[in-house]
Amino acid sequence: MEIVNVTNLKKLYGEFPAVNEVSFSIKQGEVFGFLGPNGAGKTSTINMMTGLSRPAGGQITIDRIDAIKDVKKVQKIIGVIPDENNLYDEMDGFDNLCFCASLYGMRKKEREKQALELLEQFNLTKTGKRPFKAYSKGMKRKLTIAAGIIHNPKILFLDEPTTGIDIESARQIRELVLDLKKQGKTIFITTHYIEEAERICDRIAFIVNGRIVKIGTVTELMESVDHEHKIKLQLDNGIEGIKKELEDNFSNCRIEIPDENSCLIISKERIALSPILQLLDNKGISVYEAKEIKPSLEDVFVKVTGIKASKLIKEKEKVGK
Amino acid sequence: MHASIAFWNILKKDIKNYYLKPPNISWGIIFPLSWTLMQLVRSQGSIGILGLLPGLMAMSVLFGTTSMLAVTITFERRGRSFDRLLLAPVSISTLVFAKILGAILFGIFNAFVPVVFASFFTDLSGVDWGIAVIAAVLIAITSALLGLLIAISAREVFEAQTFSNFFRFPMLFLCGLYIPINNLPQLLKPISFCLPLTYGTDILNATIAGNSIFDIIFNIIVMLAFAALLFYLCQRNIKKKWIL
Repeated sequence: MEIVNVTNLKKLYGEFPAVNEVSFSIKQGEVFGFLGPNGAGKTSTINMMTGLSRPAGGQITIDRIDAIKDVKKVQKIIGVIPDENNLYDEMDGFDNLCFCASLYGMRKKEREKQALELLEQFNLTKTGKRPFKAYSKGMKRKLTIAAGIIHNPKILFLDEPTTGIDIESARQIRELVLDLKKQGKTIFITTHYIEEAERICDRIAFIVNGRIVKIGTVTELMESVDHEHKIKLQLDNGIEGIKKELEDNFSNCRIEIPDENSCLIISKERIALSPILQLLDNKGISVYEAKEIKPSLEDVFVKVTGIKASKLIKEKEKVGK
Repeated sequence: MHASIAFWNILKKDIKNYYLKPPNISWGIIFPLSWTLMQLVRSQGSIGILGLLPGLMAMSVLFGTTSMLAVTITFERRGRSFDRLLLAPVSISTLVFAKILGAILFGIFNAFVPVVFASFFTDLSGVDWGIAVIAAVLIAITSALLGLLIAISAREVFEAQTFSNFFRFPMLFLCGLYIPINNLPQLLKPISFCLPLTYGTDILNATIAGNSIFDIIFNIIVMLAFAALLFYLCQRNIKKKWIL
């Protein structure tokens, strides 16, 4: 069942369309990822869906509620974790969580109980009485996420949750997202880390220049673009001398030699391995390992958007600095 | 019930985080005190304390509320913690009420600092304190809303301070605190009648110094109208400028 429906969503900054006729839907209990470079329209889309920004056109329905007209109704059932930590510097972790819970009408006992549980879940119990400004980046991020889920929302919006934090905290946050999914929460996540999207999202949309250019499950996205079959062979000897002979014998294959004792066999069709192995054996070259190199989501992203994945991360690093 | 929990907690957080901070408490005491002393020295005893008190009370409220609210909101907006409030299922009017109530209470506290000092030097038993409190509350409400209106337009804390002064100082000179309104040039008189502080000061003048231009009830009605208008403008501008 679809719980979020976005149709022809549009956002203009002056004349510039930051989000241009974006349409997608999210199923209940699904982790849906928005993947794109800076300025692609990820945060603008989240802001419109959560009531922080007004669309120039289009419709948003969340749990059958019109999210443009009845924004306050929608805000009761959603949790938002913005790309920047937005808790109160002077207040300690526990008070920050209790305050956020109070905004959703939770009573004192209930919010204190929930705050203590979340501090424990995020390994922040010891620092619960420390002011937020004294937290490390990773701890700040974790507390911001805890504040976003303290009222037990049905749908969660996470904007770049692991940007600029240490590996361990990022890993914990990814685990938490998967944990929340297990609890039946619907999650909308934006990220510029392709491998993160691949690991935690059920479906992914590639967004570039305010438009969705591709949408689907990881498998669907992989299958959607033509790719070559690649097999990497680990050898006991170099094959530089017989490369031409191999290519002549297997005309549908291209041979690449990435290093001295290995070779890549590339073909548009599936590769029959035994004749190649036989030829190598005849030449006295032993094959220790044959490994199929599958295309990654990064390859698909680069192919569809024309943007190098490394550029995505570099842009974010620049912003982080 | 949900709205009242959010309302109370926003107010409590603001009072604890901003208004009860030692620098603000001391500012709330030092500012009115220094103005009182300055006026006393300047007048060399020719003006009675009762004549000075309405002006000092009005000024203390005006400065206390406008500066605190404009600065704290701009500060929260810059740190993006204000987004938390906008993302919560709390109506804009509840939010506005909660944010200004802290400033109003702070303003009322400021207003009575000069009164406490004055009580050591003069007899204040003839003053109708019920009316004085109403006046202080109304000045605090309109000043807080003015502070909020400034906060909505400012992006940086220094911008908020500059905007505040842009409004506050002309208001001080045109509301009858320094120059009686009847002595103002004809061209400036209409501006004076467009300022809420004029009517607030007039109520204080009536009840403390015994002289006023308008009837107290009329002043209260005008102040309430100003409060309603400013509240509407704040709500409208928040929706327009904060939810882009």
